[in-house]
Amino acid sequence: MAEEQGKPSLEQDLSRLDAIVRSLEAEDLDLDRALALFEEGIERLRTARERLTEAGVRLKALREAADGGLRLDDLDR
Amino acid sequence: MTLSLPLDEAPRERPYTVLEAVEAARRVVEHALPPLWVEGEISNFKTYPSGHWYFSLKDPSAQLRCVMWRSDARRVPATPEDGLKVFARGELSVDPKRGQLQLVVRELLATTEGGFFAIALARARAALEKDGLLDPARKRRLPAFPQVIGVVTSPEGAVWHDIVAVVARRWPHVELVLIGARVQGEGAPDDLCRALALAARLERLDVLIVGRGGGSKEDLWAFNDERVARAVAASRAPTIAAVGHETDVTLTDLVADVRAPTPSAAAEAAVPDREEVLLRLQAAAGGLSSGVARRLALADERLAHATTRLSGAVDRRVASAGERLKRCATRMGSSCAARLTACEAAVARFAASLDALSPLKVLERGYAVARDEAGAVLRRTADFPPGRAFRLRVADGEVPARSERGS
Repeated sequence: MAEEQGKPSLEQDLSRLDAIVRSLEAEDLDLDRALALFEEGIERLRTARERLTEAGVRLKALREAADGGLRLDDLDR
Repeated sequence: MTLSLPLDEAPRERPYTVLEAVEAARRVVEHALPPLWVEGEISNFKTYPSGHWYFSLKDPSAQLRCVMWRSDARRVPATPEDGLKVFARGELSVDPKRGQLQLVVRELLATTEGGFFAIALARARAALEKDGLLDPARKRRLPAFPQVIGVVTSPEGAVWHDIVAVVARRWPHVELVLIGARVQGEGAPDDLCRALALAARLERLDVLIVGRGGGSKEDLWAFNDERVARAVAASRAPTIAAVGHETDVTLTDLVADVRAPTPSAAAEAAVPDREEVLLRLQAAAGGLSSGVARRLALADERLAHATTRLSGAVDRRVASAGERLKRCATRMGSSCAARLTACEAAVARFAASLDALSPLKVLERGYAVARDEAGAVLRRTADFPPGRAFRLRVADGEVPARSERGS
């Protein structure tokens, strides 16, 4: 999978957000812990939203180069 | 000794060579009849390394040698087997090498329903099934958020454009990689296999879509090719097949992890919906703030409760302290009163004794004190020269007085 190193994927952000919301709904949570989770959730929201502002779809064509290697050329829409 | 041979044994005409004779027959046969359909059962089927097919057509009372050249044979979707009932269309001719009548078959159809397509499909399907490639348990889930999506299809067809349009609208956060291939006609299975092999080399691929638009069953046939189906089944990235319309199901559809009815549906299956993800994020944001608000409200409530309990406790403590104070005050008050009474009695006693010592008391008993005008007490006779005026203090007041002259 093409995943950038060190940066959590959108999938990870979303599932973590779900987990955080569930934890916040559990009432026995320590208040400091709840606030820390809230902060983390806000940060994850921010990175997730950032991803959704990424530029449009990138189009490529995969071909075999003359030397037998792979060639990825940009395509126009 | 020499034997003399009669010369009249020689033919009266110039003889044909064998080849000439056979060729003459061939010309007659070939021109006598237009191309014709012959129905029969295949026997002695042989395929040669050259790709040509040789077999006989027979019925209970006759048989006919047949040849089908490679260029024609390769259009037949399945290799025939002995015993198969077929319709063969071709021209009658004579095989010069054997001097044998033969049908040069151009087109071969199986008499069973679906013809050779059905036979080929059944065979390929059985082979795939035997290897477990049609097992539904093999089907993999598509990644929720792919980043690179491969599309094996014709660069000219509408499929690529449909997929680009859907992805650009729904989830414009991916790389779409076209791996062009011929999707119909002769050589399409080979080209599809080449494209699939190329796609397999792109390691970043998260999902692979294989498809083409609608068409006749023959147009879609390449996707029933066993090699194509095997190449799709072997894909490391999960696959989505979108071949033809919803009613068309090919072997490629059966081996793919997901089968989409149309290329647009394949694109929809491949990527999430941006709007949905935004809604999910919005819901998460709502959940975060309501969750933390609830948690804070809970803390607040606990604090209020604790405050109430605390002030209750303080009130109780204050009240009990007040009571103690009051009790102390009461006790202190009564002891003070007692002391006061004692003091008052002492003061009264003291006053009484003071009273006894008062000069007024002496005067009460009948004594008087004489003072001059300045108030000095006159104690001796010498203090009273004749005619001296003085004041005499008695018990209830003063009396002006004067000493007698000439005594």
